[in-house]
Amino acid sequence: MDAITLLTFFVLSVFVGFEVVSKVSSTLHTPLMSGANAIHGIILVGAVIVAGQAESTLVLVVALVAVLMATINLVGGFVVTDRMLTMFGGRPKAPAREEAAQ
Amino acid sequence: MLLSPELTALLYLVAAVCFILALKGLGSPKTARRGNLIGAFGAVLAMVVVFLSTELDNVALILGVIAVGTIIAVPASRMVKMTQMPQLVALFNGVGGGAAALVALLELQHSTTIGAFIAVAFTLLIGSISFSGSVITFLKLQELMPTRPIVFPGQALVIVLLLVVGLASAVIIVLDDAVLVGLGLAGAKTVAAIVALLVGLVLGVLLVLPVGGADVPIVISLLNAGTGLAVAASGLVLSNTLLLVAGTLVGASGSILTREMAKAMGRSVTGTLFGAFRGGSTAGSTAVSDRPVRSSSAEDVAILLGYAQRIIVVPGYGLAVAQAQHTMAELATTLEAKGIEVVFGIHPVAGRMPGHLNVLLAEANVPYEVLAEMDEVNPQFKNADVALVVGANDVVNPAAKTSPGSPIYGMPILDVAAARQVVFLKRSMRPGFAGIENDLLYEPQTTLLFGDAKDSLTKVLTAVKNL
Repeated sequence: MDAITLLTFFVLSVFVGFEVVSKVSSTLHTPLMSGANAIHGIILVGAVIVAGQAESTLVLVVALVAVLMATINLVGGFVVTDRMLTMFGGRPKAPAREEAAQ
Repeated sequence: MLLSPELTALLYLVAAVCFILALKGLGSPKTARRGNLIGAFGAVLAMVVVFLSTELDNVALILGVIAVGTIIAVPASRMVKMTQMPQLVALFNGVGGGAAALVALLELQHSTTIGAFIAVAFTLLIGSISFSGSVITFLKLQELMPTRPIVFPGQALVIVLLLVVGLASAVIIVLDDAVLVGLGLAGAKTVAAIVALLVGLVLGVLLVLPVGGADVPIVISLLNAGTGLAVAASGLVLSNTLLLVAGTLVGASGSILTREMAKAMGRSVTGTLFGAFRGGSTAGSTAVSDRPVRSSSAEDVAILLGYAQRIIVVPGYGLAVAQAQHTMAELATTLEAKGIEVVFGIHPVAGRMPGHLNVLLAEANVPYEVLAEMDEVNPQFKNADVALVVGANDVVNPAAKTSPGSPIYGMPILDVAAARQVVFLKRSMRPGFAGIENDLLYEPQTTLLFGDAKDSLTKVLTAVKNL
């Protein structure tokens, strides 16, 4: 992909990021941090590509370490954010719907 | 058969939109959980797409490692105590940064364009700083090492030298091979990449060591933004738009959050990072004044609370340390059952990470409707009969408004002084983290109840029930 297209993606994403996050209330700043944290765990995609195209054992081992680290970031991030957000219940008059999470 | 590049790009776009919706959902507690689930769906989609669209070897091995990572991550996330949330976020952030740095290291040999080389160098440095910085943050928060700022002589000089070495290796990574051969540095790129990685690791440690415990929230947020940008840069290296967009989103959101935190603490981001070098960033008098205060019993506090109409509770870090959020919630429910209006006024930096107290109170089943932000609650203090300050000090210190010489001058505070009565639950007369005396403690409308927040609240709760 050419540099200008990538730059376009980058600049537009910066604005979307600023726009979306400036509307988050400070009540939810901890879940915001852990949610954003989960999102950068998507580096797992990169780690998988590198591991799957490894040409030597050394490269494969290092890449698998990256896969492991990225998985912990991605999976752990989303799970812990979900756990936190289930705690933010409203007034009991609206009973929380049981979601079929499993 | 592999997915076509067009379909792959389209599915990555869907995943990117899911991530945007995940952040957007956090605009309100009502939509937040659904948003996060949409984000998780986007991540799963992206993972399926990468396996279906790329020619990969060792698939079984990779899936096995992903399974191991999941087995490690899920129980850790399920079992962590809410008070330990900052540590866990720091740790997850660190492994993400580390993964980005390793991906960049391995992609070096496949990179050809100058843009890609710059991105590799950037990811190596920032990713490894994020990794080691987060590990130190984790150790500080877990109190496996001292939380006070650690500075050794010549630290600033070492940091500058490391920055020079880091930049030099970045230049070698970026330079054209032909130029390197001309300079007699053929094949130096791999060495330079490893040097950059190591420099980043040491820099991360040295940059976070001087940060004091109370400033750690800002640092977590900053490192989070750093990892985001490192992931965005590795998106450039791999020509992967999803990584680019997702990383940039996190970088942007982390930057905003960092700035907001710094503003809420009345500090600059650079002051947080480098304050300890100049001395005095977190210093202050620890002298205890001998002016008289009105200290009182749990029964008296219970009477004050029980006969009030409107109470605003201001919880601080002391509440979290004492694990008193459940007792606090029960006290609030008991008072509400007596027809008393109870609102929680929460300072943006109360706790150990931004919004931490909100999570702790949510855990104790306090409905989010009564958790009020600073701007929302400040005008309400003048109508409040009692402001109950539990384990907070600096965030209610009027010196932030009235004495320009004070280290916290300019920090936005909760206006508890406007309430008719102010009750402080405090461990001792020791000043708060900023080390500044709080004049409010000596005012005639102020009552103090000394002791651990949980003990005090339990006694007050019993006394309120007996009223």
